Amino acid sequence: MAQSQAMKVLTEPLVNNNPIALQILGICSALAVTNQVATALLMSVALTAVTACSNFSISLIRNHIPSSIRIIVQMTIIASLVIVVDQLLKAFAYDLAKSMSVFVGLIITNCIVMGRAEAFAMKEPPGLAFLDGIGNGLGYSLILLLVATIRELFGSGSLLGYQILPLASAGGWYVPLGIMLLPPSAFFIIGFLIWGLRSWKPEQNEEADYQIHQVHRTEVV
Amino acid sequence: MENYLSILIKSVFIENLALAFFLGMCTFLALSKKISTAIGLGVAVIVVQGLTVPVNNLIYQHLLKEGALAWAGLPNADLSFLGLISYIGVIAAIVQILEMFLDRFVPALYAALGIFLPLITVNCAIMGGSLFMVERDYGFGESVTYGLGSGIGWALAIAALAGVREKLKYSDVPDGLQGLGITFITVGLMSLGFMAFSGIQL
Repeated sequence: MAQSQAMKVLTEPLVNNNPIALQILGICSALAVTNQVATALLMSVALTAVTACSNFSISLIRNHIPSSIRIIVQMTIIASLVIVVDQLLKAFAYDLAKSMSVFVGLIITNCIVMGRAEAFAMKEPPGLAFLDGIGNGLGYSLILLLVATIRELFGSGSLLGYQILPLASAGGWYVPLGIMLLPPSAFFIIGFLIWGLRSWKPEQNEEADYQIHQVHRTEVV
Repeated sequence: MENYLSILIKSVFIENLALAFFLGMCTFLALSKKISTAIGLGVAVIVVQGLTVPVNNLIYQHLLKEGALAWAGLPNADLSFLGLISYIGVIAAIVQILEMFLDRFVPALYAALGIFLPLITVNCAIMGGSLFMVERDYGFGESVTYGLGSGIGWALAIAALAGVREKLKYSDVPDGLQGLGITFITVGLMSLGFMAFSGIQL
């Protein structure tokens, strides 16, 4: 029982309740760091670590936090964790951290971390909350890595910096799609990913605001 | 003067926070169904952004930056690692103060902006504005300009998106794209449009 619940908490956010595609959380950073697989990978690891640790620590003290100041308590815990991650990245992966510019700092305002702290960690015991953090982090990473793979492969013909498709400018045959490296392509790719996911799992479809009525010409005339 | 104008134009159009840096996306997508809501939120972002970026600039320049504590007799202190937690603290505090101030003195505006103000604390556009200000090492005057400009840019983007989405509800969208999906595609097209500004040299 406990095992299956833990499994469910861990795997549910991957497809069925994906933080980006269904809960609309944490989109900001998802789009900005995905023009290279390396930065997307680093971002995923950083976010998963922060979500898991913040869920765990908030869940530990959940019975002692007065509800009127819970947001600021959560904020402080999350901000401290992000500072730790930021300093670690600056120490061990300086060039990559530099290319991610402000987006490591923006993990603080990433809605996934805050959202899971508020929705899950405030109610559940630490162990489960930790798994929930990992699960949501992985759901986020899944989308991030998919988008980054598409953008880097078609935008510069490489993956993780290794040339896969030989570029025309270097004597090969592949002419890179410049738009893949620009902001709009990230929106399009996520839009299409959502379309694909929802065609596969139709129960995630949203209701239309207005139902368009099928009118036959004979009725009008 | 020219420098300020250039920062303003750049932050409103060329480096639009929402469409070029994807900041504040969560609220951008979630609250852009109606034009009136979108404009309310946009105004709130302009006000908060115009206040927090300069305040954070003062904190950075006079407390946190390497060597900034020389006036206190600590010329070697470098507190810039405390940046993240101080900025988010300042933002949360300013939003809270603004909320109380509006409630007391401008109740009409408070009624209009009330529900959006708390949301703004966790809006990445606000935090992002402060972090960009630090990264680019703006002075005080520049940070005022940048704060207002980036707020206006964000407000413009969300108002435009809400306008498009109000018309969009009459169109026949495939089932899987309904809602979030089509909004992403729309924002992508808007972002393409805004890229046309990137050729402007100032």
